[in-house]
Amino acid sequence: MDAILSIREVSKSFGSTKVLDGISLQVPRNSIYGLLGPNGAGKTTLIRIINQITYPDRGEVLLDGEPLRPEDVSHIGYLPEERGLYKNMKVGEQALYLAQLKGLSRSDAKRELNDWFEKLDIGNWWDRKVQELSKGMAQKIQFIVTVLHRPKLLIFDEPFSGFDPINAALIKDQILELRREGASIIFSTHRMESVEELCEYIALIHRSRKILEGRLTDIKKAYKRNQFMVRWTPHQSTDSLETLEKRLAIVEPARETEENIWEFTLQLESSEQSEILRFLADQGTLTSFQEVIPSANEIFIQTVQKQESHA
Amino acid sequence: MRKLGLIIRREYLAKVRNKSFVIMTFLSPVLLVGMVVLIAYLTELNDNEKHIVAVLNQSDYFHQEFGPKPGVSFLSLEEISLEEAKDSTLSMGFYGLLHLPERSNLDQVVEDAYFYSGDAPSTGVLERIERILETQLRAYRLEQMGMTPEEYEHLGSGYEINTATFQGARNGKGINEFKALIGGLFGYLIMMFIIIYGGFVMRSVIEEKTSRIIEVIISSVKPFQLMLGKIIGTSLAGVTQFLIWIISASFLMVVALLLMDLDPNLLWERPGMSESFGMPLPADQFQPDDTAALLLEEFLKIPMGLYAAIGAAVDNETDTQQFIFPIILPLMLAIYVGFFSVFSNPHGPIAIGFSIFPLTSPIVMMMRLPGGIGEGGVPLWQLLLSLLFLLLTFLAIVYLAAKIYRVGILMYGKKPTYRELFKWLKY
Repeated sequence: MDAILSIREVSKSFGSTKVLDGISLQVPRNSIYGLLGPNGAGKTTLIRIINQITYPDRGEVLLDGEPLRPEDVSHIGYLPEERGLYKNMKVGEQALYLAQLKGLSRSDAKRELNDWFEKLDIGNWWDRKVQELSKGMAQKIQFIVTVLHRPKLLIFDEPFSGFDPINAALIKDQILELRREGASIIFSTHRMESVEELCEYIALIHRSRKILEGRLTDIKKAYKRNQFMVRWTPHQSTDSLETLEKRLAIVEPARETEENIWEFTLQLESSEQSEILRFLADQGTLTSFQEVIPSANEIFIQTVQKQESHA
Repeated sequence: MRKLGLIIRREYLAKVRNKSFVIMTFLSPVLLVGMVVLIAYLTELNDNEKHIVAVLNQSDYFHQEFGPKPGVSFLSLEEISLEEAKDSTLSMGFYGLLHLPERSNLDQVVEDAYFYSGDAPSTGVLERIERILETQLRAYRLEQMGMTPEEYEHLGSGYEINTATFQGARNGKGINEFKALIGGLFGYLIMMFIIIYGGFVMRSVIEEKTSRIIEVIISSVKPFQLMLGKIIGTSLAGVTQFLIWIISASFLMVVALLLMDLDPNLLWERPGMSESFGMPLPADQFQPDDTAALLLEEFLKIPMGLYAAIGAAVDNETDTQQFIFPIILPLMLAIYVGFFSVFSNPHGPIAIGFSIFPLTSPIVMMMRLPGGIGEGGVPLWQLLLSLLFLLLTFLAIVYLAAKIYRVGILMYGKKPTYRELFKWLKY
């Protein structure tokens, strides 16, 4: 796998508290990578290590196959969870300053900023002071200064908090657009629905250790339990239903959702599938037959709980 | 380096564009000069009040002595009794009555002289009168002893021993005192500077923490760079403010004094001053200006770095007090040691010790330096040793402060203890 970022056996302690314990991760190039974990799992510390804000006690971090160097900050864009702006500075001036700190020249920064202000429809904010902006408006500025220098690696820590649904969708589109343009994105969040929507890969960190990593579709495949959700209308309702319940392992009992439409979940081995399908088609009308795929949320909770019970 | 420049620029501009900073920069000299002018004006107003004192002279001794004096005029009453004189003084609304009775000699006259007045008399008026009587009495007694006033002047003149170095350079005592005073003034200014602008640095760090921009910034620059940029940017803003204060205050002062018909030269033409300014310095020594600037620059960074560390460690300004005291303490110690020990003996063991010990050296060394470097002044080795210690301490403190800063800026919500600060050093 071509990894933009490789984390190898990284450990970090604060005093006697171990925050990261031998964590290894591979972030594939040009992917959206979800870094998940309960509060206090060590995600923020890991992200700070990638940003060279703190340094690991052991292990190493490779960007593009090379150990991180101080200059690499210009290749990384980081939107922290705890984010803010200088209240007394003007929006444009501040954005220019932050862009220049990332290594852009003043004129490049200005040009890029004008494009972005246009794109996010905030062109007339240049001379306003930050303290006059609403939280959502300030978030837009923070997003812009994170991506302005076109970094190859972007790290978003809870990027959607503070946005209304419309602006959240706007930002989501921009993130996808940046991915299309070639950026690799690490995405740390608690909001599992945005993980489902955006992430191709995920890693789950719990109690300073990595407990799960991989392509989201692969993980889901590994976590599925051969269960199928069926919506079905039997020809002779009571008889067929009774036969069915005797014949099949029904996980969730049947319930009538609409007039004579029954919904239930079956446990099936793959060898049985065609036989059962034939039976259902013969005995009634089949409206839906769908494999149950666990959601990221279920996987998250299940894995963390399993880990807790092991501990 | 480019980033450091950017940070310095931002910190400087953020400071000098700040409204309260601008107001204080331009208002302070006006207030200061205004106060001086007001005091001068009030003093003059006070002096301008004329008191009229009636004099009933029944003795044979005073004739022309009661001429008009600043603040007091005298009016001679003649050929009336004391009681009549009292009545007429009172009825004419004069300030008071001086009675000089008739006696056989001046000693007796002065002994029995009285000043009558309605209220308790002002000391200014009494002093004028006492001066007149005293002068007269002295002349009378000298005459009794058969001595001329010139002989008396000669008798009373003081003596100061000549001092010189073994190499023969003249070394005026009064000059040294004046120089120590200049040094003391510098020391005091440094302390003020540190307290004011150290506070600025600290507040600016706290602001970055509370506005939560800090993590964005330090993902672009090293915390050490940010801290250094802050210290330098704020110091430059401070120097700008000081310069504006000094220039505008001097200008305003001259204008004000001219308007008030006072000679501005009076301010700096005090005896001894021009003499010491004109004293030639030995040729083979440092330019004291350079050394002073170097010391100043090195020294400022130490406590300013500590201020930055404190700002990083806490969340709000009220939590800073417990940490600031230990910083101010050595500064105050330096000032007091300077005033009480260095003035009287600029090359004594206390002065040498404190001018080498890094936390007090810049202030104390500043007080010693106006005496020159090399022969007759601070030995070169002491200065170099002091600078070396200062540099080492600076590096050590900035290193430690940067560590506290690096950890502290990402800690929110609780007030750290000294123990925790110590723990942070090991992260």
